[in-house]
Amino acid sequence: MPSLPLLSIDGLSLQFRTRDGIVRALEDVSLSIAKGETVGLVGESGSGKSVLAYAILGLSDAAARITAGAARFEGLDLLAAGESSLQEIRGREVSMIFQNPKVALNPIRKVGRQLEDVLARHTTTPRAQLPERAIACLAEMKIPDPERRYHGYPFELSGGLCQRIMIALALACGPKLLIADEPTTGLDVTTQASIMALVKEKTRDRGMATLLITHDLALAREQCDRIVVMHAGHVVESAPTELLFTDPRHPYTRQLIAATPVGRASLSDLASIGGSLPDLRRGDLPACRFSDRCAMRSPACAAPLPEQRGEARTVRCHRAAALEPSA
Amino acid sequence: MLLLIARRLLGALPNLFGIVVITFLLTRALPGDPAAFFAGPAGTQEAVEQVREKLGLNRTLPEQFWLYVKALGSGDLGQSLSTGQPVREELLTRLPASLELVLASLLFAVSIAIPLGVAAARRPNSWVDHACRLVTTAGVSLPTFFTGLLLAYVLYFLLGWAPSPIGRLDPYLTAPPTITGFYTVDSVLAGEPQLLVASAKQMVLPVLTLGIFVLAPLARMTRASMLAVLSADFVRTARASGLSSGTVLVRYALRNALLPVITTMGMVFSFLLGMSVIVEKVFAWPGVGSFALEALVASDYAPVQGFVLTMAVLYTLLNLTIDLLYVVIDPRVRLGT
Amino acid sequence: MKNDTPVAVLAAAAPANMLPPPARKFWSHARYVLSDNPVTMLAAGLFAVFVLLAIAGPWVAPYEPLATNVGPALSAPSASHWFGTDALGRDILSRVIVATRIDFVIALSAVLASFVTGGLLGACAGYFGGWLDRIVMRGCDMVMSFPLFVLAMGIVAALGNSVANIILATAVVNLPFYIRVARTEVNVRREAGFVEAARLAGNGDARILLVHLVPNAMPPMMVQVSLNMGWAILNAAGLSFIGLGVSPPAAEWGIMVAEGAGYIISGEWWVALFPGAVLMLAVFTFNLLGDGLRDLIDPRRRT
Repeated sequence: MPSLPLLSIDGLSLQFRTRDGIVRALEDVSLSIAKGETVGLVGESGSGKSVLAYAILGLSDAAARITAGAARFEGLDLLAAGESSLQEIRGREVSMIFQNPKVALNPIRKVGRQLEDVLARHTTTPRAQLPERAIACLAEMKIPDPERRYHGYPFELSGGLCQRIMIALALACGPKLLIADEPTTGLDVTTQASIMALVKEKTRDRGMATLLITHDLALAREQCDRIVVMHAGHVVESAPTELLFTDPRHPYTRQLIAATPVGRASLSDLASIGGSLPDLRRGDLPACRFSDRCAMRSPACAAPLPEQRGEARTVRCHRAAALEPSA
Repeated sequence: MLLLIARRLLGALPNLFGIVVITFLLTRALPGDPAAFFAGPAGTQEAVEQVREKLGLNRTLPEQFWLYVKALGSGDLGQSLSTGQPVREELLTRLPASLELVLASLLFAVSIAIPLGVAAARRPNSWVDHACRLVTTAGVSLPTFFTGLLLAYVLYFLLGWAPSPIGRLDPYLTAPPTITGFYTVDSVLAGEPQLLVASAKQMVLPVLTLGIFVLAPLARMTRASMLAVLSADFVRTARASGLSSGTVLVRYALRNALLPVITTMGMVFSFLLGMSVIVEKVFAWPGVGSFALEALVASDYAPVQGFVLTMAVLYTLLNLTIDLLYVVIDPRVRLGT
Repeated sequence: MKNDTPVAVLAAAAPANMLPPPARKFWSHARYVLSDNPVTMLAAGLFAVFVLLAIAGPWVAPYEPLATNVGPALSAPSASHWFGTDALGRDILSRVIVATRIDFVIALSAVLASFVTGGLLGACAGYFGGWLDRIVMRGCDMVMSFPLFVLAMGIVAALGNSVANIILATAVVNLPFYIRVARTEVNVRREAGFVEAARLAGNGDARILLVHLVPNAMPPMMVQVSLNMGWAILNAAGLSFIGLGVSPPAAEWGIMVAEGAGYIISGEWWVALFPGAVLMLAVFTFNLLGDGLRDLIDPRRRT
């Protein structure tokens, strides 16, 4: 990459202490996002995608512990930063939007006021001008009748509208990186499309980088420049989008793609991925967490995974070279 | 919104009616001759006949009920035999003392319970959390009369910190002129700070006793509610937006967490009003509760009935206030989900 | 060959398990929760001690509880009188022990009465709905418009001082809780599959209610019972303290505290403290037990 990445995650490992033992939720995760780039983070439910996003912003559960690695945003290691530094960065430099927008907004506070809270926190807008600016933010997100919507409460608004408001909240202070955690799950298809179109437009207009977390591979293919595939807390493959789909190297990626409905494929054409995610509380987890489900498994797979090599494409699999390029 | 308020007010009417019915039935449940009860142990035959006539005991039950309601409507709650005054006068004179006690205890309980519950929720399994759980479990087990006596013994007899538990004011001092009936407030209004201090000191033991009992359910509810809210999605969004910890805690988390706590207030008032009777006895507090107890000992029944009625009406009004408060502060109720 | 059927084979293979599977699972779950929660174990132990005292009290007490002048009046705790003596020279320890029975009997009777009555009323209201439901709910609302202790006071004052009246008053005041719980549980399950099946099989309403619905409503009501016991004891003691209810010279925790109240100020603390402390311990035991039961039955509702 010609310039320094905006966000650079390096060998991040994270554990949860629970009643039933230690859950090794993330292990040796590395990925980077360049300025203005849209990166998709895909994988099954439980693969650690959201955990990673929360860890970046310091929003992890109290039981979480970072055991290794760094997450550098413009050079600053977010994982080592104190809470007050993080509070400066959240919402202003790095923002996040979530799924289920209706419950992700304060139910007893007017949405306009919630916008004002963020604006007051990160900008020097004089108090008298806050309502005006909040309404302007709403208008920018193509919310019709913004003056009226300002006074609305989340329970009065539709899911799509709430998501637009959440995007307005996230973009109000012009962040450089937007993390979108399953932003369209739970919305109907047309709304999904309009939300993603909005995100794409704003991203482009502002030169903003986006980390799109989703389990929907088709969506990722549409929206992202690069895709990172996760499985059970590991990054297994990352590549520019088209390359990933035309030439997937990791057995898991191949199965994911085969399981994704595309075009007019019928359900019977879809192949489900055998087995299930390994129990991350086990003390004896294999070096490759996919090996127990993998058809290509060989004795060589017990060895530690290969280091990430190259920037454009990484595959963490001992058998990658043995795979024939798929059609 | 006015419509909602009106509807709540109307909803309270059946409760008030029910209260009147039950208090009426209680008098007719007196074993033996109700007239003899109301005329008292010293009543002559004529007095008993008079009472019988007045209560309409010779007539049918519905007619008696109507007489009762009519009497209530004109504010006639009967006569107290032991003091010779109309029950209504006695109750009205003594009500401020009880109210002052109850409100001060509520204030005390809330000012401890809510911060305690919030602190416990923010740091689960810390010593604060364990202390909170201890307080809540122990608090509801404490018999109020026992707590009162224990506190009196330790704080007054052993340590000498609290004044003697003999009522609202040291007998050598005179009460401030009555405006609200609350000695503390009236002292301020009359510009007599030493009276304020004196009356406040007398309130320490009874307020502690009554407050400790209701501290428990309040702290428990605050903790549970706060725990739930702190892990809610919208709090996560607020934190992700970089809002300061203070804003997130108070403006986002606490305001939402307090809603279920306000619902608990109904139960809290039930305890406060009920246990105030006991506290008034232990500390010789001249409120409506001790009035009823003195009357009971003297087999003087009309004050007891008046007392039950008053407390029930007060309770209903307090619950109504809570309902209305909800309408005002929760937009989901106000705008109708 | 009937011995070849799967059920017969299984039955033959497991003769030692006398309990049917669901009950067995409950007890092993109970053991797990109890062992996981030492506090509940402690409460269960204390409960057992109290029950023993309630049953065997008079035989365990060192002195006659009503006998006066077994020791010097108002003497402090000593080797011969562990809890000291009161103004009439009665041994406080004996009185405290014997009082267990009265207070437990009162609390148990009251809670049982409201449990059964409230449970049935609530179940019927929830099942049949209509005017029965409305009347029952109105009745509940009427009772609940009073601060509970005040209503209990009113009832005992009206009906007269006796143990039976305390039980009645406590039961009446507790009724609404049981009615509501039973009503909700039955309401929720009224249209459930197994009820439909029973109806189709020709079962009458009474049978459906008693055999199918009420047992399902039991668990939440059981939790309520334990918590109520604690409150019922406090209620009874409170009523006795203010002079309504058990009369002297009977030994009851509330009365004993009342008798000792006057002496607190003059320093004879033991007359009121011991009955009060034991009372507190009993209530505490029931509350802990109730919490433990709640965890056992529905861990999600743990506070």
